[in-house]
Amino acid sequence: MAAPAYLPQGAQPADGLAPRLLDGNKAAAYGVLLCRPDLIAAYPITPQTPLLEQLYKFKADGRLTAETVEVEGENSALSAALGVTVAGGRAFTATSSMGLTFMYDAYLFASGTRVPVVMVIAMREQTAPTTVSCGQQDLMMVKEGGWVQLVCESCQEILDSILVAYRLAEDPQVQLPVNVCYEGYYLSHLSEPVTVPAQEAVDRFLLPVRDKRRPVLGTEHPMTFGTYVVGELYAEYRYKHCQAMERAGGMLDAIDGEFRAALGRPYGGAVEAYRAEDAEFLMVTMGSAAGTLKVVVDELRKEGIAAGLARVRMFRPLPARELLGLMRGKRAVGVVDRSVSFGWNRGHLFIDVKAVAQDLEPRIPVVSFIGGLAGTDLRRDLLAGAARTTWERGRGRAGAEVIWLGLE
Amino acid sequence: MAGTLTRKDFVSNQEVRWCPGCGDYAILAQVQKVLPEFGVAREKVVFISGIGCSSRFPYYMNTYGFHTIHGRAPAIATGLKVTRPDLEVWVVTGDGDGLSIGGNHLVHALRRNIGLKILLFNNRIYGLTKGQYSPTSEVGKVTKSTPMGSVDFPFNPIAVALGAHASFVCRAVDVEQKHLGEMLRRAHEHRGGAFIEIFQNCNIFNDGAFHELTDKPLKADYQLILEHGKPLIFGRNRDKGVRLNGHKPEIVTLANGASEKDLLVHDETDPALGFILANFAPPMPTPIGVFYVDSRPPFEAEMNRQLERAKEQRGVGDLRKLLYGGDTWTVS
Ligand code: SF4
Repeated sequence: MAAPAYLPQGAQPADGLAPRLLDGNKAAAYGVLLCRPDLIAAYPITPQTPLLEQLYKFKADGRLTAETVEVEGENSALSAALGVTVAGGRAFTATSSMGLTFMYDAYLFASGTRVPVVMVIAMREQTAPTTVSCGQQDLMMVKEGGWVQLVCESCQEILDSILVAYRLAEDPQVQLPVNVCYEGYYLSHLSEPVTVPAQEAVDRFLLPVRDKRRPVLGTEHPMTFGTYVVGELYAEYRYKHCQAMERAGGMLDAIDGEFRAALGRPYGGAVEAYRAEDAEFLMVTMGSAAGTLKVVVDELRKEGIAAGLARVRMFRPLPARELLGLMRGKRAVGVVDRSVSFGWNRGHLFIDVKAVAQDLEPRIPVVSFIGGLAGTDLRRDLLAGAARTTWERGRGRAGAEVIWLGLE
Repeated sequence: MAGTLTRKDFVSNQEVRWCPGCGDYAILAQVQKVLPEFGVAREKVVFISGIGCSSRFPYYMNTYGFHTIHGRAPAIATGLKVTRPDLEVWVVTGDGDGLSIGGNHLVHALRRNIGLKILLFNNRIYGLTKGQYSPTSEVGKVTKSTPMGSVDFPFNPIAVALGAHASFVCRAVDVEQKHLGEMLRRAHEHRGGAFIEIFQNCNIFNDGAFHELTDKPLKADYQLILEHGKPLIFGRNRDKGVRLNGHKPEIVTLANGASEKDLLVHDETDPALGFILANFAPPMPTPIGVFYVDSRPPFEAEMNRQLERAKEQRGVGDLRKLLYGGDTWTVS
């Protein structure tokens, strides 16, 4: 069905009929609304705040039945969400940057106790130096925290990912918390046409929480969460946690099928491949810069340079098998990161990709490009330069393994 | 030289970036005016803040400054003050920074009586994140995070400070410049932790929150200026007073059968009276001034005294001897 790219001012389409112009935070709020949560507990922090305000507005308009609590800090936000989730409810929270680090104990507790809560990270640089600008450093500070992490490129993907996040988190085979991550401003404040699905369609995809079977606190089968364990039992917990992460990674294709059946369009898999199949070299990234890289790939293709792109959509668990498959046969790989690993002086995604690339025979050059820190634009010329450098490395030109875009 | 400092010496070269009309300007102006009068050298003065509009304060002071983590200013300042008790350490915080995310640190800094001068700018709103209700917003407050009105019961910062056994508790108003200057001076002179709640107008997101206390025609009837040893009298004709009926305060009209000697006389050293005053709610007037002072020694003095005593009794320690003495053994 052809739908207008955006709606005239004041037009109020019925949900699911036509795309509407929504920014990333609003798209996330619609996603949350459609998932029928029981509790929203959060603390405002730039650039996540408008997401909360939209949810509070839904509530005031009578569309959202969830309880909402503006708690006294992020630590309490996630803790409150944990409380309602272990009791069998569905909770939502969202944060950014310092808010995320402030809830770090609850963050690790959530994954270690396998609590299926969903939390948005509107990604932002990490203080200090003090800044509220975009970056992916906050996500990188929790990448080893045992959560499933989805990273979005567009506002539509944000809405869809919220639905997928609950579906994944609450699956009896997974039972893990899930982050939906998108870059501050570049997506949180960017307006794009977004199709808001009908509630019935979402209900087909994501069962209302009371119809789900999962371990909850209750009197029929009394249970304890967060018990003290030592030694082998602890190792078993960790082992099972890792197994659940693997299952979450393997489940995305099946969930994509369910998504198509219920909503009539795809969600996609753990990695989006863009003109990657016949590419001579591959660029790899996560998040909003992928859009610009797609343009760069198209431009290089016009020049006869066979560029391709792999966009990581599921960051944790890392889709290593898919990435390896896409890198096989390429002459070089360039990874663009909006964060830096201190001590490595490389981007975080680069480190993952490089580790995966060790399984390639023969070995190929893998280059780390660091850019877009603190809200600086990952401009087309910078990314085109990165792509050309990667192409040249594949053709034997030597050079540094890490390049800071715009600085060097 | 400290003695010859002027206001200019405390003004930094940074462009002040608060919204035009914000109450923060008045507070900054007064702090810059009175600091040189204290005769403390600039290099002995430190301003530490957390996150929020008020926390931009250290940028504008030409002293040592530290813009820190949301809510953590009192904790960071504690570390500084206990190791460098010779410094004059001011903490600038707000109702969000100090009473939400940093509530924990604030009450413990007050309880320990760390010699910090804590300025809490209370505008009853989250300004920096653009207008959500704060822990001092009144019940029913409509904000972007409470479109149907807040159901959250607010903190009363003075009562919180008294509850934490702060040793100096006072309240000022941003535009009551002379009075604010006097409160700053009292805080400076107090040996121990000082807590100053400053009503601060956020003209963008919560304009007029304290207008009864600042509007010329109204303020005399709504404001009660606390003065130690003086009866509680207010009103534009100074014809109203406060007296106690059991434990309950009530307003009486002077000349209406009541005289000054029936009135409650303010005693800054009486914590029970401090609590009664802290809990004044309409129709009672809003007290400003010093609620409570206690002369107990500050934490850093006690801590250092303990260290000195230990040194006197056992001599200066030898770390190596400590590590290798007593319960150590060799595994072979
Ligand atoms: S938002 Fe309010 S408190 Fe913040 S600078 Fe502006 S007027 Fe002042």
